[in-house]
Amino acid sequence: VGVLSNVLEQHGIATVALVSVLGQAQRMKAPRALYCDFPLGRPLGAPNDSALQHRVLAAALGLLDTPQFSVPLLATFDEVIIADQEDAASCPVPPRLDPNAHPAVDEARGLRAAYQRTIARTGRTSFGKTLTVDTVDDAVTAFIALADGTPLGDVVMPGGGNHLEVAADLRAYYEEAALSLTDGPTGPRATEAWLYEHTETGALLHRVQAALKDAGLPPGKWLYFMPMTRSRLF
Amino acid sequence: VAELTGDAATRARVNDIPVVLFDEVPFSTPPALASARVAIVTTAGLRPAGGSAKWAGGDESFTALTHGDHNVTIAHASLNFDRTGLLEDLNVVLPIDRLDELAANGTIGSVASTHYSFMGAQGDEMSTIRLDSGPTVARALRQDGVDVVLLTPV
Repeated sequence: VGVLSNVLEQHGIATVALVSVLGQAQRMKAPRALYCDFPLGRPLGAPNDSALQHRVLAAALGLLDTPQFSVPLLATFDEVIIADQEDAASCPVPPRLDPNAHPAVDEARGLRAAYQRTIARTGRTSFGKTLTVDTVDDAVTAFIALADGTPLGDVVMPGGGNHLEVAADLRAYYEEAALSLTDGPTGPRATEAWLYEHTETGALLHRVQAALKDAGLPPGKWLYFMPMTRSRLF
Repeated sequence: VAELTGDAATRARVNDIPVVLFDEVPFSTPPALASARVAIVTTAGLRPAGGSAKWAGGDESFTALTHGDHNVTIAHASLNFDRTGLLEDLNVVLPIDRLDELAANGTIGSVASTHYSFMGAQGDEMSTIRLDSGPTVARALRQDGVDVVLLTPV
């Protein structure tokens, strides 16, 4: 946001930036910035908490009174939200549909209705970089081959994307399905923890990342395969 | 870093990455807040619903988001932030309803008709944002009468 702040101010628009990484904010020197120690991805603090969101906005917009001789001003919001990355959402997975299918493939198929309920309810998604709901089980099948040692170049990814994009899509599909399987609101990273620590596909993704690394592929081919806080290879 | 978990670990890993440094701190004097027209510019990689969910790292383009539209595609390239808050409530990143409430109670003058999104996973130059896409957004905001921009990350 530092570059955008600079450009907008040069065009006569006053800016106030919410910032989430303190070291970067200290160096970028936006004229007015508010550091909030909130879960990454939630700069206003928490979903469906309008009171908190208004407190953040009041603190941020209040910085617009800062005189020019006092900028850059980097203030800190006085409330903190810490997310425990091990606090997984409790999501009952539908029972096995096809005992002959690989457990991860069967699991992914079983989540389809939940994913569709979430997007129908929210109107928002991060799924679809390369997959559709019809190719999710093809993606899981491709990852089974990778985990079993098939070279990356020999595995065809559905949708024409690369394996990193497909992995990101699978994550989105699972996390968005999870939002329709839990009771009540989920904490930050709770669905992420559920996927990577409590599902068949999560276990598969860990095996794939290890296989990619063990195959001697450069870090760019496996490092970005899952969130850095979930990887067991750091 | 190895002893940290969750967001603390992620923040520690990105805390010292290069940022674009400027010699001077730019400064525009805002009008009184009660008469200001406010827009949001986010780096969350949002597109209107139905847009591509793929926004490659280093792509310095932008999207326009019509005020009041809550349906978006989250296309950010990074894996390292929570998306579920945004899925449950757009306001946790793009607080359009909160701005409407502030306009209704007179705290701010009005809300822009259009907000804008970039995607925050960028290199350390960002020359296109500095020289092309950024100024394009600035001019569009000025044309909409915007005085104040709230910048939000993810």
